[in-house]
Amino acid sequence: MTPPARPRGIAGRRRLARALRAAPVHALLWALCTVWLLPVVGLLTSSLRPARDVSASGWWTVLAHPAFTLANYREVLAADNMGQSFWNSVAIALPSVAIPLLIAGYAGYAFAWMEFPGRHTVFAATVALLVVPLQTTFIPVLRLLAALGLTGTFAGVWMAHTGYGLPLATYLLRNAAAALPRDLIDAAAIDGASPLATFFRLVLPLSGPALASLAIFQFLWVWNDLLVALIYLGGQPAVAPMTVTISNLVNSLGGGWHLLTAAAFVSMALPLAVFFGLQRYVVRGILAGALKG
Amino acid sequence: MERIVPALLVVVGAPAAAAAYIAAAEAMLARAPSSRQRAIRPWLWAAPALAFIAVFLVYPALSTIALSFRDAAGHRWVGLANYVFAFRSPELLGALWNNVLWLAIFTAATVGLGLLIAILADRVRYGAACLAVVFLPMALSFTAAGVTWKFVYEFRPAGAPQIGLLNAAARAAIPGFLPRAWLIAPPLNTLLLIAVGVWIWTGFCAAVLFAALRSVPAELTDAARVDGAGEARLLGQVVLPTIAPTIAVVATTMAITSLKVFDVVYVTTNGNFGTDVVANRMYKEMFTFQHFGRAGALAVLLLLAAGPVMAATVRRLRAEEALR
Repeated sequence: MTPPARPRGIAGRRRLARALRAAPVHALLWALCTVWLLPVVGLLTSSLRPARDVSASGWWTVLAHPAFTLANYREVLAADNMGQSFWNSVAIALPSVAIPLLIAGYAGYAFAWMEFPGRHTVFAATVALLVVPLQTTFIPVLRLLAALGLTGTFAGVWMAHTGYGLPLATYLLRNAAAALPRDLIDAAAIDGASPLATFFRLVLPLSGPALASLAIFQFLWVWNDLLVALIYLGGQPAVAPMTVTISNLVNSLGGGWHLLTAAAFVSMALPLAVFFGLQRYVVRGILAGALKG
Repeated sequence: MERIVPALLVVVGAPAAAAAYIAAAEAMLARAPSSRQRAIRPWLWAAPALAFIAVFLVYPALSTIALSFRDAAGHRWVGLANYVFAFRSPELLGALWNNVLWLAIFTAATVGLGLLIAILADRVRYGAACLAVVFLPMALSFTAAGVTWKFVYEFRPAGAPQIGLLNAAARAAIPGFLPRAWLIAPPLNTLLLIAVGVWIWTGFCAAVLFAALRSVPAELTDAARVDGAGEARLLGQVVLPTIAPTIAVVATTMAITSLKVFDVVYVTTNGNFGTDVVANRMYKEMFTFQHFGRAGALAVLLLLAAGPVMAATVRRLRAEEALR
């Protein structure tokens, strides 16, 4: 039904028509976003409800009967080892991010700007290693670490995460370096800049966004990793990261949803903060990785 | 707390050591004749990365291939026995079949939904916020994602109040619906696990495709509009063909992800009730049954399946390199 024609009726009607045509787009988008968020909203809501309520009624009933508590979080955070394992996670993640960055930068620079026989083949092989399922490496690497006396130590995990992260890191940083204009690199060489100076004064600073997104991805991956820690650290409480402690908690709690949801949310807190705080770089990193070649 | 100290030392020390290494390498190079410098320099720069990759990825992969022809403990040569076993055992065949389902449905759904969300988000002002919402699951650990979805699929017997979202929603939507224990009933449970995977990975596809859409030159779309193309034709005949290479990259990435799928299955059903996949099976052969030969054979099967994708990636890299 169109409203009766007024002086500005035609423009108004056109605007209405455009809004009507756009309506399905908005509706679909809102529906999809709701579907994506609902599971997490349910998790968060349940973690804040009293234990009895969580098992007696669906979390969406809080809209009608709001009742919240922090008791679940108090219980989870007081659980054995949660504080210790938070610091273990930090101690595992930071070096696992710091070690590969420069190393990958060197390799990326070599692949992007140095001519040598086998360059394409070696680079392609490096990228192809992204498809190797990590589980294939566990037994041989475990034997290797055992021979070096590094099982159950952070040093072993740092090196493993470095090795696993390097194919993607090299790929991203090579693309960042290759995206620099050739004239720039040539000009530096003509001015007599050594490769060392070119890398540290030109390539590395200009790869800043790629380095940032790489650091974020590696951090998220290491922080969220369960398997590598489980296998190379062996799960002793003294060295267990958050994921291992929480997964033990999950196994021992069975159906205690009020605690399970709180534990899950505790493990999400830092990655979510990193993700939303540094979102700009996350997206930029994906673009560098997927759009450039 | 005191564990942080060595970690912080490494955070400072590792870059310092890396810088010292490259400075030393260049100092050494400076003494070599210049023709030699050009030949050796790239390898010195790439050496640390290649060394780590060789030790933690190449050597283990080769060693696994060798193990796949040996017995449980890796001592005796057994020829193809482990491969024959893989194709005869019903559990393994089931896992292989599930991987095929993952490959087909997961890849199609993540790329399709990702493309849909990217196209929709490109048309509204709050598009970036929608992408962030859909991308959010990528930041979660699989343990957290597993808890989240087990809660969605939670089952209570009929009559009791349903606290799982899926059962409650189904009961509200379908009159006379009897609550189901979703995760223990094949073949639907595998599809529900695939849905969790889609929930996690669609954001990645959407973000990449959104950026590709944004980078379609405006002259191209304007020209088509001037020629009188409607929105649908514009999309089908101009926009999608332009971003086709990106769609291909995203699809291959998702195909590889589906072959390697492990965590989603491991944290929700651990492969029980007919939901097993090859990577989880491999993990079980390794650490539960201690049969390294069979685990190795499964690893090789996954590598073979990924082979064509690898080859395509290498071809693409070479083609792009030729354009530089």
